[in-house]
Amino acid sequence: MSIITNINKVFDHRIRLGIMSILMVNEYADFNTLKELLDITDGNLASHAKALEKAEYISVEKQFIGRKPNTRYATTKLGKVEFKKHIEALEKLINN
Amino acid sequence: MESKDYLKDISEIKNLMNKSSRFISLSGLSGILAGVYALIGAATAYWLVTTYSYGTLILNGWVFRTCVLILALVAFFSILTGILLTTRKAKKHGEKIWDNTSRRLVFNFLIPLVVGGIYILIILNQQKYGQTGALMLLFYGLALINASKYSIGDIRHLGFIQIILGLICACYPGYGFWLWVFGFGVMHIVYGTWMHFKYDRN
Repeated sequence: MSIITNINKVFDHRIRLGIMSILMVNEYADFNTLKELLDITDGNLASHAKALEKAEYISVEKQFIGRKPNTRYATTKLGKVEFKKHIEALEKLINN
Repeated sequence: MESKDYLKDISEIKNLMNKSSRFISLSGLSGILAGVYALIGAATAYWLVTTYSYGTLILNGWVFRTCVLILALVAFFSILTGILLTTRKAKKHGEKIWDNTSRRLVFNFLIPLVVGGIYILIILNQQKYGQTGALMLLFYGLALINASKYSIGDIRHLGFIQIILGLICACYPGYGFWLWVFGFGVMHIVYGTWMHFKYDRN
């Protein structure tokens, strides 16, 4: 069934959906912004971000602002396409 | 059974997209008050001009200078009220007042507004006074439309109304005062009230 195949396993988690949602409408977001918006712990966010990074759906950029390390996340082109597919599949599932 | 979860997912996605990209703690009440200030200011100016200046503005006279001062005061108190009430509302919702979303909102609102303000000052210096009211309405409308992408989308409609009023005003500069009163006074009150009932009253 084509609908089922479009449901992306990588996105099938509340926090990963959340990370992607924020990054879809923002050019980028840093670690702390994501953490506050999603209201989760450092470790939790880091592990889910890692999973998305591994699938190459988001890109990670580490830099220093003054002396503080700062991690920025942004969606990749592939991530955007896959996320849209996933949302469409979700909508179809709901409508059926 | 599963689709219920997916429905929740979708609504959370929408919620996060809005929360992370738009500053939505704008207070409707501040819109109403801004309108009231504009009406008080306009009434005072009208009274000054009709009693002391025989209905025409003598440039460089004290009446003209007072009118400019009134305009500045209206703007000042509107901004002050907006900041105070919006801060209060953001606190109530547990949101930060100065984060990425509000920074983006202010920045994008100010671009057309500052450009318009400077332009108006330039043409005033060239003794072209007739289009001032129209230009204020036009640039304010553009500022609202530009800002609507980063806040409650509804302010876009207010922007379009101001632009239409501005264009009418450009055709009939003689009615500039009344169109200004309608745009900055009446429309702010109408819009503020609508926003207040739509978003603020829970």
